[in-house]
Amino acid sequence: VFERIERAEVQRLVEAGAQLVEVLPRGEYDHEHIAGARHIPLRELDARAPRELDRGELVIVYCHDFL
Amino acid sequence: MSPRAALRLTHFGFTQVYDYVPGKSDWMAAGLPREGRSAQIPNAGDLARADVATCRYRSSATEALESMHANGVNFCVAVDRDSVVVGMVYRDEAQNADGRTVEEVMRRGPTTIRASEPLEPLTARMTRADVDAILVTTPEGRLLGLLDRHHAEAHIHPG
Repeated sequence: VFERIERAEVQRLVEAGAQLVEVLPRGEYDHEHIAGARHIPLRELDARAPRELDRGELVIVYCHDFL
Repeated sequence: MSPRAALRLTHFGFTQVYDYVPGKSDWMAAGLPREGRSAQIPNAGDLARADVATCRYRSSATEALESMHANGVNFCVAVDRDSVVVGMVYRDEAQNADGRTVEEVMRRGPTTIRASEPLEPLTARMTRADVDAILVTTPEGRLLGLLDRHHAEAHIHPG
């Protein structure tokens, strides 16, 4: 189960050390991403998330928008 | 895409997973820090001046005049307690306000843009509309600053 989150809460949690992850393809991340966000594209998530993210810490994922 | 990613993470045993659904378009629109190639190119939020004269829309028109005087300008932006833009007040109208409030003399609903607006098409639209300056706000309407078209054009075409 996961929850939706809004911008102000993202700012607060990231400042507190949450892991912020953009899941869009490489080109979109390279073009522009939220400062400090790491990059794991959706298609690589299964292979990389267990290795690269800390299960004990909060994770926030995002893509472009809700459209 | 991000809901699928969040769901996958819960399957891998991550217990504290959040999906920032509005995503980076929302973040950039609010003028928050960004990285990447496009971050090297200024947008509307980068060039907007934050030191804009403001007044509370429930305050007196006299206070609006004081704000204009303090900032050396002929207008001020009427905002609510959360800095959400609700109108514009101009010196001529505030001077003849006769004890009225900002709300009674302001022009409601000024045009605003988001911080992520690219400068070149924006300044072209402003030129066509003969607009010299425009307010930049967050998606919720909170004031970020005022973008001057000539200042923006100088950045696009230096020298």
